[in-house]
Parts: sequence; structure tokens; C-alpha cells
Amino acid sequence: MSAPRRTPAFYGLAAVFALFVLFLYGPMVVIFVLSLQGPEGGLTFPMRGFSFHWFGKLWEGMGVVDIAAAFRRSVALGAVVMVLTVLLSLGAGLAFRRRLKGAGALFYTAVASLIMPSIVVSLGIGLQFRLVDTGLQALLTQWGLDGLLEGYGTAMGLYTSALGAHLTWTLPFGLLIMLAVFNRFSPAYEEAARDLGATPWQGFRHVVLPLVAPSLVGVGMFGFTLSWDEIARTSQAIGDVNTLPLELQGLTSTVTTPAIYALGTVTTLVSFVVMGATWALVTWLGRRR
Amino acid sequence: MKSLHLPPWLQATPFALVFALFLVLPLLLVGAVSFWQATDYELIPAFTGKNYVDVFAGCANTEELCVTLKTYLSTLKFCVLVWAITLVIGFLVAYFLAFHVQSTSMQTLLFVLCTVPFWTSNVIRMISWVPLLGRNGLVNQGLTGLGVVDSPVEWLLFSDFSVVLAFVHLYTMFMIVPIFNSMKRIDPALIEASRDSGATGWQTVWNVVVPLCRTGIVIGSIFVVTIVMGDFVTIGVMGGQQIASVGKVIQVQTSYLQFPMAAANAVILLATTLMMVWALTRVVDLRREL
Repeated sequence: MSAPRRTPAFYGLAAVFALFVLFLYGPMVVIFVLSLQGPEGGLTFPMRGFSFHWFGKLWEGMGVVDIAAAFRRSVALGAVVMVLTVLLSLGAGLAFRRRLKGAGALFYTAVASLIMPSIVVSLGIGLQFRLVDTGLQALLTQWGLDGLLEGYGTAMGLYTSALGAHLTWTLPFGLLIMLAVFNRFSPAYEEAARDLGATPWQGFRHVVLPLVAPSLVGVGMFGFTLSWDEIARTSQAIGDVNTLPLELQGLTSTVTTPAIYALGTVTTLVSFVVMGATWALVTWLGRRR
Repeated sequence: MKSLHLPPWLQATPFALVFALFLVLPLLLVGAVSFWQATDYELIPAFTGKNYVDVFAGCANTEELCVTLKTYLSTLKFCVLVWAITLVIGFLVAYFLAFHVQSTSMQTLLFVLCTVPFWTSNVIRMISWVPLLGRNGLVNQGLTGLGVVDSPVEWLLFSDFSVVLAFVHLYTMFMIVPIFNSMKRIDPALIEASRDSGATGWQTVWNVVVPLCRTGIVIGSIFVVTIVMGDFVTIGVMGGQQIASVGKVIQVQTSYLQFPMAAANAVILLATTLMMVWALTRVVDLRREL
């Protein structure tokens, strides 16, 4: 475009953009700095020395909350969500390229999931598992399996209800990315592979997969990071143990030391590491091609 | 065009199953349970309309607004404010990126810069305002230091102001991405034609760019509107757990195990939100635009 480059409008908009970036990152930088408060420091400036004191406190646990355990749970759940999001979105993406009955309904269900108020989804999943619990307990009573009945807690948990709740949030993003990728994907590559005698599996493995691999890495990153931060959908659909963001949300109203900033710094670093790894992997895949 | 031996419906089955089990079925249950009775400790699957009557208890009174309507009005107020602010900021930022940044690599870099925070924790981004807006925060230190105010300003944190600020902080990204995407697809020839026909810069923006970004604006608006309507986390944390919202009502009722009431509220919230989305989608056909 040959727009006049440095008009007054350009400077005005550039200023708006700069202010917006400052608005986005400023508060984040502030809590990174404050998480390095000395042992005497408080929740606000001034800084009273520099130390990793609050990171140590964090690792010891905050009150009754075992942060390290919640951290491990969230990483594990995020990893499972990531793998499932990649596999299921790829499957659906491939299916949408061919004649799929009910493609429209499936597409709109996924979009509906994306814009559905999370509290409603969460309530629904919570209700569903409560009813499953009631049903199972009634069955166990009927069959006289008292031993099992006593040991039975709830079907709700990290890898049942919470996993399902997270997938309703990550899969629509995965599908939208796959549809965007395959919309711009020429079938000529596969046809060429087939003409050269490749089986459908070989065509997929050696032609389609390498071409969409960078996008799959992107889908994986969406899966992990969205799961890593998820609160609203998980809130009513998790059993006895909490994920890290849920613990964090609870801590906002009780913790009054910079340890909470240290926790913020750690979770943000994890997000940055995942984004960095994604970027590195995509670049590497691009070079190999 | 066969890419695998598997038939397409089998490839899509796991994906579809997740939504059947964790979206469609739960929503049907919410609908059903909203008509159930309950005691303090169990749900009774017997039909009643009482939950809906209770939600609107006192709403026939014309003198004073009932609790439900007040809560919806408050939530709608946040919705409209956040929508308007994110739309203006989102449009300006996307416009700058799409039309004023010349090189594609610079464009990508700045675009990524805007989206990175989206992949970090929302709660952390909320509490990161505390050291700035709190009673002894940077803003108050600055204001009292300069002598603008005598005592610290109290309404900066845990107020309507901080709630709107946090929403804008968290969700402007949802406006920028679709609007930027729409702007990238505008044929530059159209803008040149507009200029050659004698339109001023402002006329070009209003009569050419805005109509052509309609899809992006609508998609962004749907995201922002639905997020704010159902929110309870942001309003909870940034409102100091003192501000009511529809989502918060449902969350509180659920935590007290009042499932039928929570379900009735959820159905009403869903109906309200879907009507807003429907009104917005009258403007574009979503699937054709992908």
C-alpha cells in the first residue's frame, strides 16, 4: 500500500499503540519486580532490598495450600489437554475436508462452546457428575457392595470432569485453526503423492503431516496455555483437589505478602517457556522443510 | 480425495463425543434441573416452575427494581462499557497495525506483542493492578506526591472502575485479532479508489474500512459480550467480591448446592446471551467468512 507514511495520523495512532502496549505489559512488569522484594517488603513500592525470599516461601507452601502439588497437577492436566487437543482437532480437521454428514452441526456446536458463558458449562458438568455419583451410589447399595460404597468418593476429578471442561474450551480453538489451515491447503500435494503410488497413509504421513506440523504445534500451545490458565469452566467441575489457577484465585483474597507475586512470576514464566518452545519448534520445522 | 483409510465420520467421532458428553448433555441437564425440586441435600426430579418464579420474585413491583433485574442491569452496564472501550481501542490498534506499519515482519512482531499476554494467567494479570491502584499504590503515591489529592483515592481498586479496567486489559485482544484479520483482507485498490475519488482520510475510514471490517467487528463483539455477560472471576477479584453479576449469582448458588435455582438462573443467562449473539450475527454469516 502506498499510503503517505508519516502523516499526523501515523503519529497519533503510533502513540495510541505504544500506550496500549505499556498498558498491557506495565502491570506485569511491576509484579515481576515486586516479587523480588526483600524479606521486609510489602505488596507495594518501595522495594526493601532484592531477594528470592518470597519464592522460597512459595515453595514451602502458603498456609494450608500445597502450591507445589497444585503446580504439578496443572502441568500434568495441561499436557494431557494439549495432546488430546492436537489429536482430536487434527482428526476433525481432516474429516471436515471430506464429505462429512453433520459437519455444519458439529461446527456450530464447537463455536457455541466457545461463546457459551463458562459458568453455565461448568454448572452443567458439575451437575452431570453429581447425578452420576448419586446413580452409582444407588447401584452399589442395591447390589449390597457396602465395601465399595464406603470407599467411593466422587466421579468428579482432574482427568474426568475437569479434563472434559478444559476440552470444551480448547477444542474450538483447535478446530478453527485446523479449518483455517486446510482452507488454504492445496489438495494437489496429496494428488501428486497418490499419482506417485503412495498409499493414503503414506500420503498423510509424508505429505500432509509435515505441511501442517507447524500449525499442530500452535494448536498444542493453545491447548496447554488455555488449560494452564483456565478457571471459569473448571470452577464447578472439579472434585476435591484444585488446579493452580483455582488455588491462585482463592489466594488473592487471603494472601497479603509478595509471595503471591512470586507465584504470578512463576506461572507467567511457565507460559513464556511454553510460548518460547512453540516458537523454537515451529522455526525448526520450517527450516527442515 | 481420500487422505486416510478411515471414513470421515470416524475421524471426527472423538471430537464430537467430547462435545456430546461435556457440552450438550450438561446443558440439557441444566435445562432439566431448572424445573426440579430440591431439599438441602438432594435433588428431586419432580416438575416445578417455582425456581423461575423465585428468580423473578418481586419483579412485578414497579416502584423498585427486583434483585434479578438489578443484577442484569449492572452486568449489562459492564457489558456496554467494556464493549465500547474495547471496540475503539481494538479498532485503533488494528488499524495502526494493518495500514500504518509497512513491513510484514514488523507487523507480525507487533501483532505477536499484542497477543502474548493472552497466553498468560488472567488472575495474575488482574492482581498485577493491585500495586498500581491500591490505597498505597503507585497511582496514589503519585497523586498525593504531586499534591493533586490530600488523601489516597479509594475508588481505584475493588470498584466498578477497576472491573472495567481489568476487562479491557484482558479482552481487548479478542477485538484486535478479528478486526486486524478483516483489515488484512481489504484490497488496497479499494482504498486508493476512495482516495482518488476525493474522499478525506476520515471519510475513507468510515465509508470503506469500517463496512469492510464488519465481520471482524462482529466476531470481536460476540467474544467480548459473551465473556462479560457470564463473568464471575474478574468481577469477583477486581470488585473485591462485593459487586453482583449474573455469573456470580450462579456460582454462589452452586456453592450452596442450590442446583435448581442455579440452573434456572443459568437458563435465563443463556437465553439472554444467545439473544445478544443472535442479534449480532444478523449482520454476518460466520462460517462463510473463515
